[in-house]
Amino acid sequence: MPRTMSKKSSFLLRILVPFADVPRWLIVALGIFIWILVALGWVYLTYGGVIPPLFLPPPGAVMGKAGDMIVDGSLYKNTLSSVQVVLYGFIISSIVAVPLGLWMGTYRVVQGLIEPLVNFIRYLPVTSFVPLFILWIGIGLEERIAVIFFGTFFQQLVMISTAANSVSRDLVNASYTLGTKRHEVVWHVIFPAALPAILDTLRVTMGWAWTYLVVAEMVAASSGLGYMSMKAMRGFQVDTIFLAILTIGALGMLMDQAFRFLHLKLAPWA
Amino acid sequence: MAANSSASLAIEDVTLRYGGNNGVLAVDRVSFTVAPNEFTVIVGPSGCGKSSLLYLVAGLIELTGGRILVNDRAVDRPGPDRGMVFQGYTLFPWLTVSQNVEYGLKRKKIPSLERDVIVEQYLDAVGLYPFADHFPAQLSGGMKQRVAIARSLANDPEVLLMDEPFGALDSQTRGTMQKLLLKVWEQSQKTVLFVTHDIDEAILLGDRVIVMTARPGRIKADIRVDIPRPRSMDLVMEPEFIQLKRRILGLLHDEIDEEH
Repeated sequence: MPRTMSKKSSFLLRILVPFADVPRWLIVALGIFIWILVALGWVYLTYGGVIPPLFLPPPGAVMGKAGDMIVDGSLYKNTLSSVQVVLYGFIISSIVAVPLGLWMGTYRVVQGLIEPLVNFIRYLPVTSFVPLFILWIGIGLEERIAVIFFGTFFQQLVMISTAANSVSRDLVNASYTLGTKRHEVVWHVIFPAALPAILDTLRVTMGWAWTYLVVAEMVAASSGLGYMSMKAMRGFQVDTIFLAILTIGALGMLMDQAFRFLHLKLAPWA
Repeated sequence: MAANSSASLAIEDVTLRYGGNNGVLAVDRVSFTVAPNEFTVIVGPSGCGKSSLLYLVAGLIELTGGRILVNDRAVDRPGPDRGMVFQGYTLFPWLTVSQNVEYGLKRKKIPSLERDVIVEQYLDAVGLYPFADHFPAQLSGGMKQRVAIARSLANDPEVLLMDEPFGALDSQTRGTMQKLLLKVWEQSQKTVLFVTHDIDEAILLGDRVIVMTARPGRIKADIRVDIPRPRSMDLVMEPEFIQLKRRILGLLHDEIDEEH
């Protein structure tokens, strides 16, 4: 007879098995726990007087600021402006990158034509183009959308092309023997086969789009969360900067959830 | 079964060389014909080009020399007249079991009501109707290959090509699959070209067993299997089966010995 372990230690051992499944409640509890930990640390560092409020504002100050800016409507206005720019830039970029990336991954000639250029542009820092975009496009909405597009499009293109290229050749061969024509393969086989990877690419690049948004708004904008924190910095309103950062983080989590939902709806098999 | 298209197949002087003029000769001037409704099995040492031969008939790779005729039409590209069941799992993971079987019918623009009838009929034939709405990821290996067989047959090809379709399965599942394939084939009477390295499987299924040489693949022997159908798994104990098996094993061993 093997020695029986006590219930408590066997539970601990079980959840520490590599790749082991863990009960749902524990995942939720852990997720809440880490936030409580961060909040407690914040409370200690600020109210405990470890860091002066000029560098790290206390939670109460940030919440008070949030209340003010919700009441006067400026938080809503700036958030809406940022979301609008991100979504426009991201959607325009995705609409072009998905089909072009699929063609690149499927047809060597398309890859041969586009890839040398893409690999050059991909390494150019987006920030260095902001002055140029301002010169060419101005400081309106279009300029910020251009920055987001420029920051996400080429990355999306490469990742989607890789996803398309790694579709199993046997899957394509099987589709041929079932009557798929060569020109139909991209739509009937490559696209659905690569869809889970494409959705992952979109989710990851959405995060990058937010980064470029703040860059764009800090340089040239009259509204938005990046603009809000840039303006706050001039008056040392650190609580406003924190509010902007927290809002962006919360929006990011929301977008991530939206992508999870989209994955469940569009690619329930993977 | 409603489907009954079946074709003759002629392999004429077929040569395949990989990697240009100085490349590896994989298949060397192979010629044989398969009559309509005939079940032909190809066996040979690994790397002898038997799978390549199937890919050539399917039109998935290009010939270096010779030609392949299906009902006197030369093969120059893949097409639904030559269905294929692959060694690896090739079900479309984004489609359910029934949508997988329906796939080829949609490409042929068969109306929806008719498609439903055909899909049901073939899923029933492979015993997977209860799994119609499952995704391939939810099926076992044997079930996946059963769906793949149903998917190929539902499309009513003139020739069915099978590339070691049961090679990845455990021996018990393999036995079940062979029985199932025999049952389905006896009803549909397709022209079948079946590649395997399992000699029991070859004799059990085939009207005829073609033995290939080690690389470059040539035809070493063409053996008729005159065992009446319907055949059952008990056949492996019969003297005529054992005699055939000994003969084929002998031919194959010659090849493997020469290689070493």
